[in-house]
Amino acid sequence: MKHKVLEKQDFESLLNALHLEGYSVVGPQVSDGAIIYQTLDNSTQLPIGFTDRQQPGSYSLNKSQHNHWFAWANGPQALKPLLFKPEESLWTAFLAKDNDETLSFEAVLPDVMPTAVLGVRACDLAALELQDKHFLEKEYVDPYYQKRRESLFLIAVNCSHPSENCFCASTGDGPFVQQSYDILLTEIDDLFLISSGSEKGDKICRQLDLKDATELHIESSSKQEQDAINSQKKMLPVGDIASMLKNKTNHPQWDVIAETCLSCGNCTSVCPSCFCHSEKDIQALDGKSSEHIRLWDSCFSQEHGHIHGALIRTETSKQYKQWLTHKFSAWVEQYGSSGCVGCGRCISWCPVGIDVTEQLSILCDD
Amino acid sequence: MINPYLPFEATVVERIQETPTIFTLRLNFCDSSDCNYYFQPGQFNMLYLYGVGEVAISIVSDPKEKVCFDHTIRAVGRVTNAMSKLQAGDRVGVRGPFGRGWPLQEAEGKDIVLITGGLGCAPVSSVIRYIMQRREQFNHLVIMQGVKHRDDLIWQDQYDQWREIENTQVLLAASQDKSTNWPWYSGHVTTLMDEVTFDPNNTIAMMCGPEIMMNAAIKPLTDRGLAEENIWLSMERNMQCAVGHCGHCQYGAKFICKDGPVFPYSEIKEYFGVKGY
Repeated sequence: MKHKVLEKQDFESLLNALHLEGYSVVGPQVSDGAIIYQTLDNSTQLPIGFTDRQQPGSYSLNKSQHNHWFAWANGPQALKPLLFKPEESLWTAFLAKDNDETLSFEAVLPDVMPTAVLGVRACDLAALELQDKHFLEKEYVDPYYQKRRESLFLIAVNCSHPSENCFCASTGDGPFVQQSYDILLTEIDDLFLISSGSEKGDKICRQLDLKDATELHIESSSKQEQDAINSQKKMLPVGDIASMLKNKTNHPQWDVIAETCLSCGNCTSVCPSCFCHSEKDIQALDGKSSEHIRLWDSCFSQEHGHIHGALIRTETSKQYKQWLTHKFSAWVEQYGSSGCVGCGRCISWCPVGIDVTEQLSILCDD
Repeated sequence: MINPYLPFEATVVERIQETPTIFTLRLNFCDSSDCNYYFQPGQFNMLYLYGVGEVAISIVSDPKEKVCFDHTIRAVGRVTNAMSKLQAGDRVGVRGPFGRGWPLQEAEGKDIVLITGGLGCAPVSSVIRYIMQRREQFNHLVIMQGVKHRDDLIWQDQYDQWREIENTQVLLAASQDKSTNWPWYSGHVTTLMDEVTFDPNNTIAMMCGPEIMMNAAIKPLTDRGLAEENIWLSMERNMQCAVGHCGHCQYGAKFICKDGPVFPYSEIKEYFGVKGY
């Protein structure tokens, strides 16, 4: 579909069309001092006029002079917690005591409502592709993730205001969206450039009163993209990082990082590609059933590498090494691309402000 | 939709106490339609104990045996300690089989060197039994088993039987045992490598046990000319999902659960023995 124009004053018609199509809409909203994703009923709930300030170990929101709706980089979350739940039940075991004690198992597949997510950034779409590869495209399909994934409608918004921690231009994942969306928006003053990227998107767009985009709109959009790229100061080392990390197992920098790193696991929680989770059983109080759940886990926890009689990674230096070499080196071998999309979340949400791009430049330097 | 997370109900047909801490569970599926079940030696199942949790355990019985399958378990952790209390008739959950097993087809017509330490003999014992059932398909067979104390050796009778079979060499070593009556050697099993005969150009070595033992066994094999891709190791890491999703068993770029647990040394050499992987 060619670029069209949706006036901001008509934005409600997009939300209405989605609601009529049966979607529950999730969108960015200011809550607890951050922009987070939750159910969106109307456009007034969007972070209109807000802007963010992100630095290593810091994140804050401010009201600005302008009236832009999407003049901020994403907060701690976007798509990951919507698809790969921080905690969810996988199945329940039932114990029945007749003559014999018998066991039966019942899958607890999620009851999923079609969900449209508004405000997805290029980095989030790139991370979604990584999670899809992990949960859906290898030897085993994860039915829990799959069910939520199939119900998803993606309304991407090109990123005009990368934060100081963003480096998606250097990973090649943003700031503008290339693919994998249903509807794509670019905010230009009082209007959005809008285009559809799927049949589902076409169907919604046909219900909207759209005008043709002018050359001027397209030029503004290109300028916005160029400005967003130019505003990014952080970048990954140039070259084949996976290979450069291969022989860095004994690099002294791992110990240097460990003096600062708290192994809190914040980076793994906010990372949109991290997939580690642990499983656990919770018995019902009546003794008749037991629930088998999974929860996000982190390679920064001691238990992550637990086998009987041994912990594989007790030192912070080894935990950080596992995280970083997995993300930038092993990931390439596992999934054909790097596990980092340049969203900068691990830098913002690290309580001690460790900057992964700085660490990589030291590790890859010699 | 197939749900790889969901277990099937199985019955404990028999429970055998092998040593004070090691026991074998003989299982079969309760619903016979679940019995369209085939595994390869070296693969593992996820066993679930009601209300306690799941644990990855290798399958030790012969794949040709259709009715039951066996798991030999050491009671060392939260789940295995609780499982040690299971009795015949009790129910458990089973999902599997998972992972890559031993290269048994590739090993046909070749000399076989099996090196195990501690309960490493459990995953490898499935290989020994497999070969014994099909002895004529394989060439010279070496079975090396190391334990700390002689009492730790399970299936001693079988080792004695295997020793009597033609073209079969059985070497047992106890590292912390002072009494060294034949057939026992004192020390680490890996120091017995000079006693072993095999043709380095036509041999597959398979080993399982502590990594330090496997590490010590690799060098004498490669020194004698055995190629790294012909040395196979069964690896162990934390496993929770068994399907390559939960991330715990990652070993560099490998997932032990689905890429292994059995690997040729050449595939994991980069990480083997490196602390933190």
